[in-house]
Amino acid sequence: MFKILQYSFYDLVRSRWSYVYFLFYLVLGFALLFLNNSVSKSIITLMNIIIVLTPMIGTIFGIMYFYSSREFTELLLAQPIKRTTIFLGQYFGVSFSLALSLILGLGIPFTVYGLWESSEVINFGLLLASGTFLTFIFVAISVNIALLHDNRIKGFGYAILIWLSLAVIYDGLFLISLMVFEDYPLDKFSLVATMLNPIDLSRILILLKLDISALLGYTGAVFQKFFGTNMGILTSFLILLTWSTVPVLLIKRIANKKDF
Amino acid sequence: MNKNTTILFILLGFFNLISSTYANSVQVCKSCRFTSIKQAIANTSAYDTIWVQKGVYLEFDIDINRPLVMLGVDTPIIDGNGEGTIINIAADNVVIRGFTLKNVGVSYTKDHAAIHVYKCRNFTIENNILQNVFFGLLIEKSHEGIVRKNSISSHAQEEFNSGNGIHLWHCSNVEVTYNTLFRLRDGIYFEFVSESTISHNVSHNNLRYGLHFMFSNNDNYYDNEFYDNGAGVAVMFSKFINMKRNKFYKNWGTSSFGLLLKEIYDAEIEDNTFEENTTGIYIEGSTRINYRFNQFNRNGWAIKFAGGCYANIFSQNNFISNSFDVSYNSKLNDNKFEGNYWSSYTGYDLDKDGKGDIPYRPVKLFSYIVNRTPESIVLLRSLFIDILNFSEKVSPVFTPDNLIDNSPQMAAFND
Repeated sequence: MFKILQYSFYDLVRSRWSYVYFLFYLVLGFALLFLNNSVSKSIITLMNIIIVLTPMIGTIFGIMYFYSSREFTELLLAQPIKRTTIFLGQYFGVSFSLALSLILGLGIPFTVYGLWESSEVINFGLLLASGTFLTFIFVAISVNIALLHDNRIKGFGYAILIWLSLAVIYDGLFLISLMVFEDYPLDKFSLVATMLNPIDLSRILILLKLDISALLGYTGAVFQKFFGTNMGILTSFLILLTWSTVPVLLIKRIANKKDF
Repeated sequence: MNKNTTILFILLGFFNLISSTYANSVQVCKSCRFTSIKQAIANTSAYDTIWVQKGVYLEFDIDINRPLVMLGVDTPIIDGNGEGTIINIAADNVVIRGFTLKNVGVSYTKDHAAIHVYKCRNFTIENNILQNVFFGLLIEKSHEGIVRKNSISSHAQEEFNSGNGIHLWHCSNVEVTYNTLFRLRDGIYFEFVSESTISHNVSHNNLRYGLHFMFSNNDNYYDNEFYDNGAGVAVMFSKFINMKRNKFYKNWGTSSFGLLLKEIYDAEIEDNTFEENTTGIYIEGSTRINYRFNQFNRNGWAIKFAGGCYANIFSQNNFISNSFDVSYNSKLNDNKFEGNYWSSYTGYDLDKDGKGDIPYRPVKLFSYIVNRTPESIVLLRSLFIDILNFSEKVSPVFTPDNLIDNSPQMAAFND
């Protein structure tokens, strides 16, 4: 598996798109720091971008890579290698290279700006961690889609649809249901609904650090316990981990069953 | 007996004569003539000075009923042993300086205090350390006093069985400065107090309010610091107050405010800093207040209106990285926002006059939604909410359309 991971990883690291992605974050990081003149303000702006962008790039990149390397995959399948090894190797190759672009692209400007001396190191680390998690989750989802659909257009469409629904539509439905059922106690519902969407989950994870003063404004024992203690961060992390392992297990299952 | 000693005796006698007619000085220590403070007070006349040497004195209900100066040498400790009030002052011109008073009795029927001042003028309470108190300083119907550089603390756990640090009731012209107050119910409590100044105090980790202010007109408070208090600072039912250069920070919780204003008229609120509070300022029924040069940094809500607020003017304030800048609960608005800096302003300045060319709307649709369904706070900063806010900004439907800042600053004010 490691061999294939290496192949995919180097293949991507050499490719133009990784560089573009890396450069994009690099420029973004420098531009934000230059315009905002403060690490903490840049982190808030960056959060909005990362929450939307990393899932999108993960989805599109993942599905593009899997469709375009299909011939290579078929070649590998003809060899005496286990299927799970091939697909997981490719999956980790893509995810690692994307995560690397993200971490280096944002890490360099913030380090140059003096992140390590500021008090925002933890917030920044949290931001990169959730960005990385989102990359892994959404690449895995797109690999699943690519494996399920041989028709590229269809697969691409589904991938975009999933990103769109998790990034925007889900929150819309969430908000509408909150407003429709506003007469009922909704604190548990809203926490569970947040946990069911990885994008919302990582958003909450960062909010716990950045906007804790606002989050504590709501009266409710469940909220107070969740946001006021370390339980919030711990639970979010655990569920985010679950979110990133389940699609990988699915890849394994589908890959083993699929008839090429 | 030689000549020198004779002269000495004569001189001593002379001094004794002078001091007995003017002011006497009395020592209290374990090996002195007086070993207790009560004894010493009983043997002094008005305007005498009592020097209390270092040591622990187990005393309570010390009544001072004539003008006296009580000075502690190397902060002697007066331990009330949880029995009741330690010192009762009921005379004018009393000075108490340099003591440690501790263990005041807790009562559900009486307001025991470390120092109780009743119907006095011209009192000075300075440089004392008050520990494990029920009430710290309880000052009633007194005027022209100074309360300075005291440190007052307790271990308040519950509101019903804890007292306030500095409690003033029906007083005027009192100066409360450079005190430190923590772990009490209310740090400083003013009721019916006028013409007084609260400045340079630090009030933190109190159960309820850092400063609680009721029916007190014409007062000033400057340069104080309030943080980690259960409910921040409350100013209610008062007129003509000046609040300047105070710091309010880290007051977290549902009903916790940096500053709570209720029924306040004609106040000036300037140069204050509000940082990381759940609500920076909560305003209810307050009219004709000028907010100028204040800093609002990273609060949940910088300003929350709760109705009945008229003719308030906000100008030249900095609003930086607050989750919500302003929350407003009705469609009518009679308050003015002018020339503030808003970090979330996204407009441009083509004519380069330092003011944005398009007005800023500080009330977001989302803050309106959160007012209605508080649980939706979990959607804060989500893309969908940003889209909603944007569409409301373009065509306001739910938020008051005249609540705008017509000249938002492009750069933050420096202080």
